[in-house]
Amino acid sequence: MMSRLNADLSRRGAILLALLFLAFLVAPLFVNDYLLTVLILIFYFAYAGQAWNIMMGFAGQLSLGHAIYIGLGAYVAATLFIRFGISPWLGLLGAVPVAAACGAIIGFLAFRFRVAGVYFAILTIAFAEFARIGFDHLDFVNASGGLFLPVKQYVHNDPWQMRGDPRMFYYIILFATALIFVMCHLLIRSRIGYFWLAIREDEQAARATGIDTFRYKMYAVMVSAAATSFAGVFYAFFYNNLFPEQVFSISRSIEIILGPIIGGVGTLFGPILGAFVLTSLAEVLNSAMTSFGIELPGATQVFYGVCLLLVVAALPDGVWPPLARRLGVSASKK
Amino acid sequence: MTTPLLELSAVCKRFRGLVAVDQVSFAVQPGEMFAVIGPNGAGKTTLFNMIAGAMAPDEGSITFAGQPIHGLPADAVCRLGLARTFQIVRPFPALSVEDNVIIGALQRHHDVEAARARARTLLQQLDLLEKRHRIAATLTLPDRKRLEVARALATKPQLLLLDEVMAGLRPTETDRMVAILRGLNRDSGLTILLIEHVMRAVMALASHVLVLDHGMAIAAGPPDVVVRDPAVVQSYLGAEPI
Repeated sequence: MMSRLNADLSRRGAILLALLFLAFLVAPLFVNDYLLTVLILIFYFAYAGQAWNIMMGFAGQLSLGHAIYIGLGAYVAATLFIRFGISPWLGLLGAVPVAAACGAIIGFLAFRFRVAGVYFAILTIAFAEFARIGFDHLDFVNASGGLFLPVKQYVHNDPWQMRGDPRMFYYIILFATALIFVMCHLLIRSRIGYFWLAIREDEQAARATGIDTFRYKMYAVMVSAAATSFAGVFYAFFYNNLFPEQVFSISRSIEIILGPIIGGVGTLFGPILGAFVLTSLAEVLNSAMTSFGIELPGATQVFYGVCLLLVVAALPDGVWPPLARRLGVSASKK
Repeated sequence: MTTPLLELSAVCKRFRGLVAVDQVSFAVQPGEMFAVIGPNGAGKTTLFNMIAGAMAPDEGSITFAGQPIHGLPADAVCRLGLARTFQIVRPFPALSVEDNVIIGALQRHHDVEAARARARTLLQQLDLLEKRHRIAATLTLPDRKRLEVARALATKPQLLLLDEVMAGLRPTETDRMVAILRGLNRDSGLTILLIEHVMRAVMALASHVLVLDHGMAIAAGPPDVVVRDPAVVQSYLGAEPI
């Protein structure tokens, strides 16, 4: 399982990847606003899935409460923007440390007191729920009333304040996804990446090999939390509104992990591929139902469930590893 | 006499009243091949786990190169220069053979490429270089055993702890492992502490043998002397001639 994650891309794969990135760079010239919004959603999930994958795919620590980092990132940046007019990019200087610190607290409690596996996953859910209920009563951020970012008709896009049309948001999330892809690529080939894999594979053997597993698990949680907080900042500024019930909800946590699971946990392309497959199929389903005049609330969730079942049953490593073999893009070093 | 590399004095471990290891003391000299033998349930693996830091002794002290190590966590023990293998092999299953060894080498090298070079040298020594891109889980048992030895060696230990590394090997594989270990001991002066059931390997390798029975050390000395000790024959070897 997950054996392919370390396989480098072949030359052919690298060229395909470059072409694909170019295609996405020029895509806004050819697609309408609806498709652009779908693409934004896809890359949002690709980014967040990649960030989650650092913790689960690399270090083997299952988080089912990543909504807490999305929510914290969203709330910190939105509050700084609404109250003080601070740019979300500067707001990241607040959002990233807050999310990383929150990850550190959860990680410390879990790893210090040896909460592992399923119990660790439950702990992450519990923290996200605490945050949801807490923010629901926090008057400083307007409690359950939510936060609204001022929306005006902008003559120009203002990327510095993250105010503008979908095209601007598309490029922001496209570059963020490219950036985190490169970052993960470098991380997994570094010393820390190898130690994460060792912990994921067999924690006791990792310790016997001299790895301070507590420390490296803490790094994994903090890096993943910090990276996820940007997805939250983006979420707040793209949707212009924030409610604790929405941003901290468990469905927020689940939707970001579906992509990597379907694409392939622990792989670099899995989160991106999974986001594409799931989001685009869900959109097709939705528009098909609309055109037939069918209205079924929750149909998307059922659809996600069916996708998950199919992948778990037929392709337990995710869609990417067999696809990579088929395309001949994973380097054969044998 | 030189100062011992590893010294245990009056080490005890109890599990709910059951005394698994009872007042065991011994010393391993640098460059030695020291074997601990004994029947099943004699407390060998418990003793081993206490030395490797997987569990702390209830009483007594363990010193390594003059430094007390009892109660230190396993990773700290490894970084001090005391590497182990597992009785039931535990390579990192989904990773390649080479990556398994690189992880060990990264304890001493901060650069991945330097660690890779070191890993290749070790894989060569352990006859695994051709299989370096194989996924560890797909290897045969003898290969996985040698992989574990390679991973342990990659952490540059002064003392290598081997927990029944011969178990489950065919005689030809045992001889191969014996030759490899002897070579390591001869060429780099590596000290080896092995827990072993396979008397063939013990007789071929060990310069010193300690016999455990019911948690107590009942005999110690050179292998050919120890196997004739009546107490040892009685408790462990039974009527089986060596």
